[in-house]
Amino acid sequence: MDRIQQRILEEVAGLHSVPEGAYNLRADGQTAGRSTTAHIDIISKEDGSGIDIRVLPGTKNESVHIPVVLSRSGLKEVVYNDFYIGEDSDIVIVAGCGIHNCGDQDSQHDGIHRFYLEKNARVKYVEKHYGEGDGSGQRILNPGTEVHLEEGASMEMEMVQIRGVDSTVRTTTAELAAGARLVVRERLLTHGSQKAVSHYTVRLNGAGASADVVSRSVAQDTSYQEFNSRIVGNAPCSGHTECDAIIMGQARILAVPQLEANDLDAALIHEAAIGKIAGEQLIKLMTLGLTEQEAEEQIINGFLK
Amino acid sequence: MLTLENVSFEVPAEQGQKEILRDISVTIGDHKFVVVTGPNGGGKSTLAKLIAGIEQPVSGRIYFQEQDITKLGITERANLGISFAFQQPVRFKGLEVIDLLRLAAKKQLSVADACQYLSEVGLCAKDYIRREVNASLSGGELKRIEIATVLARGTKLSVFDEPEAGIDLWSFQNLIQVFERMRERTDGSIMIISHQERILNIADEIVVIADGRITKQGPREEILPSLLGTTSAIDACNKFYGEGGRR
Repeated sequence: MDRIQQRILEEVAGLHSVPEGAYNLRADGQTAGRSTTAHIDIISKEDGSGIDIRVLPGTKNESVHIPVVLSRSGLKEVVYNDFYIGEDSDIVIVAGCGIHNCGDQDSQHDGIHRFYLEKNARVKYVEKHYGEGDGSGQRILNPGTEVHLEEGASMEMEMVQIRGVDSTVRTTTAELAAGARLVVRERLLTHGSQKAVSHYTVRLNGAGASADVVSRSVAQDTSYQEFNSRIVGNAPCSGHTECDAIIMGQARILAVPQLEANDLDAALIHEAAIGKIAGEQLIKLMTLGLTEQEAEEQIINGFLK
Repeated sequence: MLTLENVSFEVPAEQGQKEILRDISVTIGDHKFVVVTGPNGGGKSTLAKLIAGIEQPVSGRIYFQEQDITKLGITERANLGISFAFQQPVRFKGLEVIDLLRLAAKKQLSVADACQYLSEVGLCAKDYIRREVNASLSGGELKRIEIATVLARGTKLSVFDEPEAGIDLWSFQNLIQVFERMRERTDGSIMIISHQERILNIADEIVVIADGRITKQGPREEILPSLLGTTSAIDACNKFYGEGGRR
């Protein structure tokens, strides 16, 4: 890996060197490194379209890193990663994609992740997007995520995209069986003329299933954001979705929380708020000695923390 | 320390301008504890905002430590050594109490130091230090955190705009003790806008503002007797039974 790739790797996965535990590192369309453990196997798909990650039942306190780095302008790829997480396991998965594009051609990575969690399995999933480079070529990421949670399984997803990515369409669907739990925390900052669209569809199919899908975002300059979150209650269940956005400059934001109850005991709640930074917040921080610009940065950093 | 010379302030009205403050001249000396009181709507909060630079006077001058600060903005005045505690503290989603204290102190305050400021205002530090300064905090808690940020700044002049406003009786009784302690210990000058008799009781000087003008001004011993029994000096119970009060 060259230095650009190493730096991007650090941005998306917090990695300075080869991670501990299982990992699969993909750089410019090729596998750049792989490691498996006694409990976690990573296998390339026969048709070359991606990898299967298999975690044995009962695997605890292990992690899988699957970062992707694109540093060549004009590279476009679609990758399928399938995760099979065995019963009662408890693991951390760190994904993430960084694009360095200083050419004039678009670079695009569309990662399709499918998660199959068996009974009572627990996963914490962290995904970070990062883009850089001063070329005129666009940096495009379109992640697709499918989550299947069996009885009692739980998944916590943290999705972060702060600056740098020109266009994103994120599509996430989840199916939850009885007692399963899904928590999504999305943090997003767009600037310039960037565009970011998120679509979530969560189906609560079993009794006691619950979902909490929350997005916090900041839209600056002329960027555009769309947050479309739909929770479907097909059983006695509880669901909550929330979109909280700060709008700045000439940005535009569309928030569409949707609820569908198909069961008398489906308890579903949505909240959405879009607003600019309150003048009194700026004034308060200025009375502490910050300039207006520093105050704005602190408010945004806190909001997206 | 701070001198206001013939300061006036107006806001645009339906016809022409509406006068909020007229010809205000006040001096706050070094190490003085000055309480500004008077009827609601008299212009007291506007006076505090003029000192902090949140509003600009239409005429008159403001001097801080012999420097003319009339044209300076909020940030510049803050950095010269003026602190301001809001009547209605601001909430911030995501910012934690420790973040706010660190911004106030302008240094990477240790948790132990930050806790010290919270203890000063009667908050159990470990319960609060990592709390977000958001809607989950009560009015009384926010007021205390607001005061803690002013303590953390440790500036030459601290201005408090009605610390008693909008909080419950229990919180208020405890809050008065915070100011009594501050009175004993602090090095800088303090200006508090308040109607509270117990706050007035610890003042060096009292300024009464009504209808945008100063109606009385002088040492506590001189001014306070004439205020007792009026809405400019109410005791804690009257505050909760409304104007005129009953016991």
